Amino acid sequence: MNGRFVRPNPLPGFGPAFGVTLAWVALIVLIPLTALALRPWSLGITGVLASLESPRVLAALKLSFGASLAAAAINVPLGLLVAWVLVRGRFPGRQLADALVDLPFALPTAVAGIALTTLYAPNGWIGGLVAPFGIDLAYAMPGIMVALVFAGLPYVVRTVQPVLMDLPAEVEEVAATLGARPPQILVRVVLPAILPALLTGFGMAFARAVGEYGSVIFIAGNMPGLTEIAPLLIVIRLEQFDYAGAAVLALAMLMLSFTMLGAVNLLQQRLARRAR
Amino acid sequence: MNPRFPPVPIVAVLAALAALGGLVLLPVAALFAEAAGQGLGRALAAFDDPDSLAAIRLTLLVAAISVPVNTLGGLAASWCIARFRFTGRGVLLTFIELPLSVSPVISGLVWVLLFGAQGWFAPAVDRLGVQVIFATPGLVLATLFVTFPFVVRQLVPLMQAQGSEEEEAALTLGASPWRMFWHVTLPNVRWALLQGVLLLNARAMGEFGAVTVVSGRIRGQTLTMPLQIEALYNDFQAPAAFAMAGLLALLALVTLAARAWLEWHTRRGTDKTMATA
Repeated sequence: MNGRFVRPNPLPGFGPAFGVTLAWVALIVLIPLTALALRPWSLGITGVLASLESPRVLAALKLSFGASLAAAAINVPLGLLVAWVLVRGRFPGRQLADALVDLPFALPTAVAGIALTTLYAPNGWIGGLVAPFGIDLAYAMPGIMVALVFAGLPYVVRTVQPVLMDLPAEVEEVAATLGARPPQILVRVVLPAILPALLTGFGMAFARAVGEYGSVIFIAGNMPGLTEIAPLLIVIRLEQFDYAGAAVLALAMLMLSFTMLGAVNLLQQRLARRAR
Repeated sequence: MNPRFPPVPIVAVLAALAALGGLVLLPVAALFAEAAGQGLGRALAAFDDPDSLAAIRLTLLVAAISVPVNTLGGLAASWCIARFRFTGRGVLLTFIELPLSVSPVISGLVWVLLFGAQGWFAPAVDRLGVQVIFATPGLVLATLFVTFPFVVRQLVPLMQAQGSEEEEAALTLGASPWRMFWHVTLPNVRWALLQGVLLLNARAMGEFGAVTVVSGRIRGQTLTMPLQIEALYNDFQAPAAFAMAGLLALLALVTLAARAWLEWHTRRGTDKTMATA
């Protein structure tokens, strides 16, 4: 190994391990993503724009990004509350509750999809409660939101939890002795310290929600222009063998969400620097 | 738990538990209630169907290929990233974690673009007479993409925290590189590695969006368990769909329980290393 590329180290095996790693990353991630980045341009610039400009595509993108932002925004206070109670609370079953947080992450999305639909359908336990008032949860916007909040919750809880655990007790203790009430302590003392972590969690929950497919399509109703999410439209274009059209939509989605994730990261770094 | 922390108000505890229970636990409870409501006999009969059995076999096959490939790749990458400083190290880590922020549907789509009509590799596989898309190889590739970073994410933070003193000591004492790997490196990370493999396996068996795209939905041939659940559900064969969904939900619960147990082991392992360091 050339000493300039890798810093000298007594440990063996860098060469073969690096070779295996490069082959693994290139074959499974890089080459496929390069194909995605190049394929849309087989339509030419005008073809790409035409493919994006249909009202159905714009509606799907607006729904996917709007609902995902809203769901991630709901996940922030909800995840903060859950993380705070799990770290600081003392109650029986705390560990069980903690394990429960990962369930949306571990449950296969198709299984989550039919479970949520069963619960929120007009004849379900929760859907049945509001159905007499003419309110639809499943097969409408509320159903999509529930599925996206469900999918994103673990990301906020799991990024905030370790930061909350490392927070020194003294600061909060002093605030309490000075007469601050718990909500004040949370907003004035705890919140500024964990804001960078909350922002990271928000970004992760958002990214997950934008791409989410399995848990949404069962509950969404999938009406074109109304409750049809962008990933479903990609699947539909593929089923019509419109591969370039599917690639255009996919690339647009990826670029939009990477831009937003980049902005979130930038803000997060600025906040983290200021906190220090 | 530090006793000096101001106590959490009981209202907050109840609100958090209500949120977790209502949002996370209740859907799973509804699923199991629905599956059990069909009666055990009908639920078991669902697994008697040849298409359902084929779906279970296919799911096991896809997991049996993707789990070892991504485990070995993840081990090699973790060794490079956690133990060496080299140009492009950060970029490599970013690429490895990239699949996490790519939609499952797009994770399947990229393989259709490579191997489907007009794909770069389509002529080559045609000449070889291998079918990739709408066949098992496509399902494996899509699964490899979505489960790509699981092992690295478990191993790299732990290996960095542990440091390389023990490995260097083994080498100084004359151990061969393989001996060092088997007797020092692997034992030090085994619980975290097992956690990564468990998560990888659960995702491989439960993946839906990515395999939807490459499967072509041929009954008895290219339907994995999650795809079979969708097919049954859309066919109004609810009892069979819920039975199979219950089985996958059980796999998720077992994975979480095993992971909690392993995490306890890992924490004990790091404490021990830190105490001796």
